[in-house]
Order: sequence, then C-alpha cells, then structure tokens
Amino acid sequence: MTAIAERIAGPVGAPNWRVRFGWAVTDTLTITRRNLLVWMRVPAYLVFTVVQPVIFVLMFRYVFGGAIRVSSAGGYVDFLLPGIIAQTAAFACFGTAIALAQELKKGVIDRLRSMPMARSAVLTGRLLADTLRMTVTILIVLGVGFAVGFRFSNGVGPAIAMVALAILFGVAIACISAFTGLAIGDEESVQAFGLIWIFPLTFLSSAFVPIATMPGWLQAFANNQPVTYTINAMRALALGGPVEANLWKSLVWLAGIFIVFVPLSVRAYRRAS
Amino acid sequence: MPDGGQPAILVEGLTKSFGEVHALRGIDLSVPRGTVLGVLGPNGAGKTTAVRILTTLLPPDGGRALVDGYDVVREAAAVRRSIGLAGQSAAIQLELTGRENLEIIGRLYHLRWPQARSRAVELLEQFGLADAADRAAKTYSGGMQRRLDLGASLVGKPRVLFLDEPTTGLDPRSRLGMWDIIRSLVADGTTILLTTQYLDEADELADEIVVIDHGQVIAAGAAEELKGRAGGDVVEFSVPDRSRVNDAAAAVAAIGEGEPHVDPETGVVSVPVGGRGSDALVEAVRALDAAGVVTRGLALRRPSLDDVFLTLTGHAAEEEEQPNGRKRGARRRERAAS
Repeated sequence: MTAIAERIAGPVGAPNWRVRFGWAVTDTLTITRRNLLVWMRVPAYLVFTVVQPVIFVLMFRYVFGGAIRVSSAGGYVDFLLPGIIAQTAAFACFGTAIALAQELKKGVIDRLRSMPMARSAVLTGRLLADTLRMTVTILIVLGVGFAVGFRFSNGVGPAIAMVALAILFGVAIACISAFTGLAIGDEESVQAFGLIWIFPLTFLSSAFVPIATMPGWLQAFANNQPVTYTINAMRALALGGPVEANLWKSLVWLAGIFIVFVPLSVRAYRRAS
Repeated sequence: MPDGGQPAILVEGLTKSFGEVHALRGIDLSVPRGTVLGVLGPNGAGKTTAVRILTTLLPPDGGRALVDGYDVVREAAAVRRSIGLAGQSAAIQLELTGRENLEIIGRLYHLRWPQARSRAVELLEQFGLADAADRAAKTYSGGMQRRLDLGASLVGKPRVLFLDEPTTGLDPRSRLGMWDIIRSLVADGTTILLTTQYLDEADELADEIVVIDHGQVIAAGAAEELKGRAGGDVVEFSVPDRSRVNDAAAAVAAIGEGEPHVDPETGVVSVPVGGRGSDALVEAVRALDAAGVVTRGLALRRPSLDDVFLTLTGHAAEEEEQPNGRKRGARRRERAAS
C-alpha cells in the first residue's frame, strides 16, 4: 500500500491529463524547433525547398509557358501559379518521409521512444516543422510569381483561402509521406517510392496544362484525382469562377486522406523498429 | 521510490518471436543495483531484442520484466523515467552542435531551459567535449560522437542504463576511453546492462556475465567462474608453417583434456589442459619436438572468455560476422601472447 501511495505522490507517479497535455505541447514545440534547426543547417535542404520551386516557376513561365494555351484571362502565368503552389506543397512534404526514415535507421526514434516525453511529439513536431517549412516555400513561390506577372483577381479573402487550402493539401501529403517513411524505413527506398507516387499525381493533373489537351484515357484519370480538384479549387479562389464543386470534392478527399493515414502513421510509429 | 533491496533489473521467462524466428526463448536475468551485467553473445543471439524489450521499445510475447521495480509493459511510462539508452549507432542529430543535441534532450526530459543548459554543460565537460561543444556533431570523430550519444542517454540521470554494444566500430583508443567512462558511471552508483560481442569488454567491465546464444542464456556467472568452466588452463602456440598446423594439433592431442582447437587463419593451436599447468607445458614441448614442428609463442595461459564461448557453444565467438569486419578473438590472442 505504501508503495502505491508513494507512486501517486512521488515524482514517478503518472501525471494527470492536464500535465500530460502540457508536455505533449512543449515536446511538440521542442521537436519542431530541432527539425527547423536541422533544416537551416543543411544547404541541400534549403536548395531543395527554396531554389527548386523557384526554378520550376521560371521554367514553366518562360520556357514551356509560351507553348501552352489557356483560357484564363491573365494568361498562362495566372493559370500556372496555383498549380505550382500545390506541387510545391506536395514536394516540400516529400522530405517528411526521408527525415523519418533517417531517424528510424539511426536510432534517434528508439532513443526518443525510450524517454519519458510525449510519444506523439515526434510525429506532431515533424508535421508542424514541415508545415512551417512548406508555408515559407509557398510564400517564396508566390513572391516570385508576383515578380513574373501573377496577380490575384478575386480579392484578399479568397487569396488567403487559396494559400490555406494549399497548406492543408501539403499536410495531407505529409501524412501519407510520414506513413511511407516509417513503414518502409530505408532512406533510398523511401525516396524512390516517393517519386513513383508524387510525380504522376502532380503532373497528371491540371497543375501545368489544361486537362482537355491530354488524350482521353488520361483525362479520365486527371479529371478525377484529388490533386486536380484541389488545384481547380485554388485556381477558382485566386482568379474567380465557380469554386464550390471542386472545393467540396477536394476537402472530402483531404479528409479521407487524414482519416486513413493519420492512424496508419501512428501505428507505424508505434511499431517502428 | 521503489524498494532499494530489489534488483534493478529482474527478468523472468522472457520470450519474443518474430514470425518463425524465436529471438528469445525464455530468458531470466537479475541485476543487483549498482552493478554491471555483461550480456555476451554473437550477432543475432537475441541481445538487442532483450534490450529493446527492457527499454519499452518492444512488447514481449511472454514472461515478465521489471526495471527499477516497474513492469516494462504495464508501467512503461515509469520505466522510461528510470532508464537511459545508448544504442549501437550514435542516435544524435549530426547537423546540430553537441550542446544543442544535449539541450534538446534536456527539454524533452521536461527540464526548464536554464537547467537543460547547465545539464548540457555538465555532460559536455564530463565527456571531454567542452571544446567541441559548439561544433556540428558531424565534425566529431567516431569516438566523440559515441561519447555525445552516451551523454545524451544520461541527461535524465537514469538509475538504470542500457548500453547496446557501446564500442562496436570504435578504434582501440576510443574503446579504452569508453571503458573509463563506463567505470566512472558505475562508481556513481548507476546500474548498467551492457551488451557486447567482445569477450574482453565483458571481462573488463562486468561484475556478472550472461552468455546468450540462439535466444537462451547458456551460462551465467562472474568472469572468473565462467573461465573456470572452460576447463582450467590452456596451452597455446602458433605454427608459422601453416601446412604443419594439423600435425602440431595431433601431437598435443594426447596431453590435453579436450580436443585441441585450431584457428586455420592465424595458425594458432590451443588445447585445454585442466589443472595440470606446467607439467602439461613440458609435455607439449616434448611432443612438438618429437613431431618436429617449429612453434612460436608457446605458453600456458588462464582461459579467456573466448575459450568459455567455445566450450559452451561449440563455436568460436569470432566465427560470427563482425559489423566492422574485425576478428576480435584473434586480436585478444595477439594481446595475450605479447
């Protein structure tokens, strides 16, 4: 009995939910801070998350753009920017998988799981850091877009909604990415696997060209996949036009991704070895 | 605080399988507080699986395990507050500085910032990393990275420390440095469970040794007791002319109390001679002379844990593939001979 009493009162007793919730928050912030520090220390990561999207904007604007006919009032640059922002968000969160696979392999996740910290924090801290990183990248792409002629033509509120939708889309991709990283656990394989699903999903969509220019069998896929719904909704928010249909389909898809991949990621993290 | 009289680690009938592979087939361990248990075994023997269960990373299939008095399954959170873990690879963030690594771990132990900072400084000094504190850990040598990793496992002042092959892949000088650090931790009262494939490491550091092979404890005791089980003294020599190694082994077979063991790669022959010591040595000289075999470094020595391993498992520890491709047993013999 005394042992039990001591455990409740003593420093090793199980803390109540309020304390535990507080730890979950501070641990998440600590892991976020750590991940952002690492990101800033590695030049290659900066290149991947900042320079590459900028090159994509310039390349599509000036190299391919002249050959692509679109019906948007502002021309190709207005058509392009929402697409490239969605692609940027998807690619930025590709890093989530690689980072988790690396930490798993090096034993960092073992170390953290053997500590009395909130177990959820490794995943939530990773997602928060990657979301912040992605937001910075999106703002840089927007800035470059403005410099090469892109303009919002539907007001401030919808413009903010467009950025928010892009971030939500990126977080959904990050959840899938986190699951693949933890489930596969090998950096090179994770990288190869990421290319297999992220590239087709972003390029076989309305991101860079009007879907009507694709062959019929490809249109069937491109018209009905979540990236197209999301980009069409973003485009409508940025430039005006009917939003609802695409936005709802996009949100349902994203909700579906969260419902499936959040539990899968948590399970993969618990079982990770 | 749990009762100080009970063991720091108590394991009973622990089992774990991965599909068809039986990693642990019923292990019992008891580690008194403030002592070092050396868990010795080749790769794949089940050492790491045992450590992963004891550090709450893996649920066992059967049996039970208490660490610092807490059940690793039902009271995992309490166990995590009592333990530290340093694994086979350095689980540190190489892009961050040594100081940042330790401060972040301190924060994750829910220390306030000033405490996390001062604990980091303390550990950096203790492990001789003060000068390198503000350099990225990727610029550190292998030994420094491993020390930083060990420092990270000590941030929470654990009462029970798990070291999973702490010196695998380190150069000899770094290994000795690591041994000194481990000894100083024991002096401070920390209980340590140390796994190793290196017989000399267990011999140097551990109060008690358990030998694990194929998921079972095949021997337990103090280093001296285990050496006693290898059948007493050993006569050992090397044969420079490799074509005559087997002749030499045949010549000394009669004087031994067991089969001579031949290492074809190094040309070293060892034969257990029980308690007959110097008599057996003289007989060996005569027998080898009669057979006309030239030998080098003929000597009588106390059995090493290599011999124990050979006696217990029927195969030498160094027959297993080492991650760093080095043959530890061979090195030990060289050292013993010199």
